[in-house]
Amino acid sequence: MTSDTSRLGFYLLLAPILLWLVVLIILPHVGLFIVSISEKIGPREYETGFANYAAFFNEPLYWRTFARTAIMSILATALTLILGFPIAYYIAKLTRGRTKTTLFLMCMIPFWVSELVRTFGWMILLRETGVISNALQYLGLVNGPVEMLYNDAAIMVGLVYTSILFMVVPLVTTLDSLDDSLIEAGYDLGGTSTSIMREIVIPHAMPGIVSGCIVVFMLSLGNYLTPILLGGKDSLWFTGMIYTQFITRFNWELGSAFGFLLLALSSLVVFAGLKLSRQSLTETMGRA
Amino acid sequence: MMPFFTLRGCNLSVSYPDLACSDLTKDFDAFRAVDRVSFEVPQGSFFSILGPSGCGKTTLLRMIAGFQSPTSGDLRIKGKSMIGVPPNKRPVSMVFQHLALFPTMNIGDNVGFGLRQRGVAKSEIKTRVAKVLERVGLPDVSQRRIDQISGGQKQRVAIARCMVLEPDVLLLDEPLGALDLKLREHMKVELKSLQSAFNTTFVYITHDQSEALVMSDNIAVMNKGRFEQIGTPHDVYHAPSTAFVAGFVGDANVINAKVSAVNGAMLTLTSNAGTEMKIDAPANGLSVGQCAQVFLRPEAIELGTATDGVNVSRGEVASVLFNGANSSVTVKDQSGDLLKVALPQTGSFANLRTGDSVFTRWDPKQARCYPASGT
Repeated sequence: MTSDTSRLGFYLLLAPILLWLVVLIILPHVGLFIVSISEKIGPREYETGFANYAAFFNEPLYWRTFARTAIMSILATALTLILGFPIAYYIAKLTRGRTKTTLFLMCMIPFWVSELVRTFGWMILLRETGVISNALQYLGLVNGPVEMLYNDAAIMVGLVYTSILFMVVPLVTTLDSLDDSLIEAGYDLGGTSTSIMREIVIPHAMPGIVSGCIVVFMLSLGNYLTPILLGGKDSLWFTGMIYTQFITRFNWELGSAFGFLLLALSSLVVFAGLKLSRQSLTETMGRA
Repeated sequence: MMPFFTLRGCNLSVSYPDLACSDLTKDFDAFRAVDRVSFEVPQGSFFSILGPSGCGKTTLLRMIAGFQSPTSGDLRIKGKSMIGVPPNKRPVSMVFQHLALFPTMNIGDNVGFGLRQRGVAKSEIKTRVAKVLERVGLPDVSQRRIDQISGGQKQRVAIARCMVLEPDVLLLDEPLGALDLKLREHMKVELKSLQSAFNTTFVYITHDQSEALVMSDNIAVMNKGRFEQIGTPHDVYHAPSTAFVAGFVGDANVINAKVSAVNGAMLTLTSNAGTEMKIDAPANGLSVGQCAQVFLRPEAIELGTATDGVNVSRGEVASVLFNGANSSVTVKDQSGDLLKVALPQTGSFANLRTGDSVFTRWDPKQARCYPASGT
């Protein structure tokens, strides 16, 4: 009797996550996959085949954009890690109590406004008539206005800025759990700051680094707003291309194929990253 | 103890003590954690710093290790001043309270960490790690992970990790605190034998007097940032130089009393409850009418049937505390003072019950007497 009620409780608690998985993840993907393998041969006439995938590989613009998106995202992830690690280390190891909370909160504050407003903030700073351009002219460092928007560097700045919190949070958590006496023991045994960082701190923080990187990479790869706004028309971000297929060209079949390719790409890169860092997904997600 | 600087000044061939502190002081804002501490530890000896928590012993140890810099005073290791030398450049190693073994490395890499930092060749690291692990009685564990060995083994790995570097001084920060009683008793003996096997100077801090008494060649008893006494375990236990040492090291009955007569070294005191005591205490500096604290060890009191003599009083057993070989009784004398008395190990008086009437007797030489602090 009791086992029946507890089983009922188990299924009731399981229901939301199952519903979420099936309705929001599995069903749309199955639908998308079916659409992606339908070839349009005439008005309202379809045939099953991989022509949409073939179109991707035959058109250099598509796969080059695809590769560019992947490389830029990896670069953005690496930059976020390089910038986020010292911040996280400072918050977790070098501050205490109130200062720690304040700093942590300061990392969060930008996320209280919407991504759109944040990105416009960067536009105000970087555009031709923007703050930085004017400041440079005022200081006499440049003669005319400088356009800093609409290039890859601007996209990179935007991507790093939008995702740094998702790197800092898991890193602070894992670094917090590193016992200070381990660092002291490292010094006591003759270690230098570099060797202690390399042999003690980074191995300990590895689960945090990996989970932060996974999240940041996926956020960058799937980002749509930042590349479009800061990169302009030539941003050539793969999500932009998917948007064009769905909305502008109304070619849902090719758009779906693109969507699946993006999914495959992110899975592949995450898998490769886990293999390279010798971490397992379950361990990483469990600890961070 | 001869001050260190005169040694250096007059005779350069004299070998320096492994560790020498002179007037070492550490202030935290207004709080003085370590107050003008001076001591020397000769090569190859086991030196313990014993004190209650918060007495400054950890701060002192961290200054020796180099994690904190003293406000004033000097600290020398093998004659070289360590002021301003960072921890990774000092010839000392430390066994941390929770050992601080690196969980991301296996045991071999843990022990080899220090050698890798020194740039020792890989093959040599391997042989030296194997050798030191064998010396601590843990051969063939270098491939195992930290969580795959027991608490006592971790202890030995932590010591091996330090000893492989052949430090001049090994510092130990209450490393036995986390172990269970049986293992702690065992590790005491083992630490002492490891120390004599390596013939390295150990500086051990603890709040556990039995650890200090069993293992040490010399003990410094620390209280409120100062050293109250430095001496052999025997001296510290049997000839405590201050009331704090007498109360902190070992068990003692503390009786507040007033001096009623002084006859040379022989004092007559009356306890606050009215019991009269005679104590043989040379050079005590006490005078008639002064308040004093009398410390009397439970094992110094004899139970018997003798009805007269010095310091004999009749009492009633107030409670029996059975604890195997360490059993004791509390005896309430006629004026109401409570005395803790150890039961003889021979088994006599084993049948003593609450309410029995007994006579207690103790030698005037066995008690210690100090001017009462404060009042």
